[in-house]
Amino acid sequence: MAETLAKKSGPRSLFFRYGPEIAGLASLVVAALVFELLVRIGVINRFVIPPPSDVIMAFERVVVEEDILGRTGATVFEMIVAALAAVLVGVPIGAALHHSPLWRRALEDWVGAMAAAPIVLAFPLFLVLFGRSPKTIIVMAFFHGLAPIILKTIEGLSGTRKVLINVGRSLNMTSSQLFWKILFPSALPVIFTGIRLSWTFVLITVVGVEYLINLGGLGQLINELAERYDLPGTYAVIFFVILVSVFFFVLLERVELWLRPAR
Amino acid sequence: MAATGEMTAQARRAVAPAISAAPITARHVLLVRVSVALMVLAVWEGLSRSGLFYGEVIPSLTRIATSLGKLLVDPVFFKNLQVTALETFTSLAIGGVLGVLTGIVLGANRFLMRAFEPYVYYLSPTPRIILFPVMIMWFGVGPASKVALGALSAYFAIALSTAAGMRQIDAVLIRVGRSFRATTWQMATKIYLPAMRVPILNGIRLGMGTAIITVLLAETKLSNQGLGYMIMQVYTRFDMPGLYALLIVVFAMAGACNALIGKLAREQV
Repeated sequence: MAETLAKKSGPRSLFFRYGPEIAGLASLVVAALVFELLVRIGVINRFVIPPPSDVIMAFERVVVEEDILGRTGATVFEMIVAALAAVLVGVPIGAALHHSPLWRRALEDWVGAMAAAPIVLAFPLFLVLFGRSPKTIIVMAFFHGLAPIILKTIEGLSGTRKVLINVGRSLNMTSSQLFWKILFPSALPVIFTGIRLSWTFVLITVVGVEYLINLGGLGQLINELAERYDLPGTYAVIFFVILVSVFFFVLLERVELWLRPAR
Repeated sequence: MAATGEMTAQARRAVAPAISAAPITARHVLLVRVSVALMVLAVWEGLSRSGLFYGEVIPSLTRIATSLGKLLVDPVFFKNLQVTALETFTSLAIGGVLGVLTGIVLGANRFLMRAFEPYVYYLSPTPRIILFPVMIMWFGVGPASKVALGALSAYFAIALSTAAGMRQIDAVLIRVGRSFRATTWQMATKIYLPAMRVPILNGIRLGMGTAIITVLLAETKLSNQGLGYMIMQVYTRFDMPGLYALLIVVFAMAGACNALIGKLAREQV
């Protein structure tokens, strides 16, 4: 029995279980090696695509010389302020719209249009209104992240099961009690889906606007390195931002799964 | 027991939105919308006249309307609109074709789905504009770099939506096609593509939204033509009514494109 288990958990079994994932990862490694080879033999110009080994080596330089951790801190700070503000404003607005069916029917489409609007394009306007400062980035990210939270709060509160409301009703709960003890806890998983979408928008806006107006954290660093034509550094920071983004999304997804009620 | 059976007036009010609501007519909705719009316009005009803001930061509604009118008859605007539209639709076509092909491959093959879909999925919400320096190095400072970035933006949404659509095709439809001995081409044109019409159109809708934004942002960063370039020009001149007018037009066009494809996706086959 022990032998069978050992065999099952061996590398062969691991390959059969995670074969596709290993193949996917391996193909990325092979692609990087092919690029390395093509750049080294001169098929690809190293001033267009730097060799992957140079990009890996550049990570140390951007950490030591470019203070990437400090820049990450600046970006994360802007994100946290905008993201929390979006939650603190969006959830009450969503709850208020849910409470008034007339206002909900009148304004929900407008909020939906706001969610799809290219707000980030208005950055010159925000620059005039708030100056070239982190305030501009935070305000823009806040507006971009607001609509998903409002929409999902309405959806979550509207989706509360009638039986739960009937229980609250039978216990003579007040309006406030009914909201905090029944409606809000029941809507929380859906609200968190809105928060996940909102914070994704916030991340995209913060890094994007930092890059566009050359101010702040990681976005500005990419712009500076590109302007210096430091290709390995530019690629390294872009990969770093992608890794940070992926980590952020995975984290939000895990929290969302954890909040989702068991079926 | 009476307490549990009866609903108090207080609780009735508390759960009103969840249980029942007074009949709301389209007229009520219109009234609220018009009131809100008028209120926003009044507040805007009030702020504009208040002198609280520096210079032209909040121009009066009449000045914005005048700028909007001038913009809509300005040949320079249409020339730039043409450039942006061409870049956006080229990027959507390239991203769309690649996205649909990727989606079909990932949706049809479980091994490839497990191997590569997580990368497509997790890369899709990353800020694409940061790849603009790379696109400039690869494709130069002209329209090609904007098209490439737009195509990349559209690609992820379309690929993911197509892959999901491919997996949702009713197995009965496929069996019916096979039982009629349909050829591969017939299966593709009569079964797969009609069944995936809605997810593909939804993917194109999302992809087009991101492509428009990305192309315009890239134009604001480095370009000498297109609406993004025009936005930066009016910003540099501090022509605030012009900036508002341009943003209104761009927002309206983006919304109209989004609504149009959304309508196509909702229409029954």
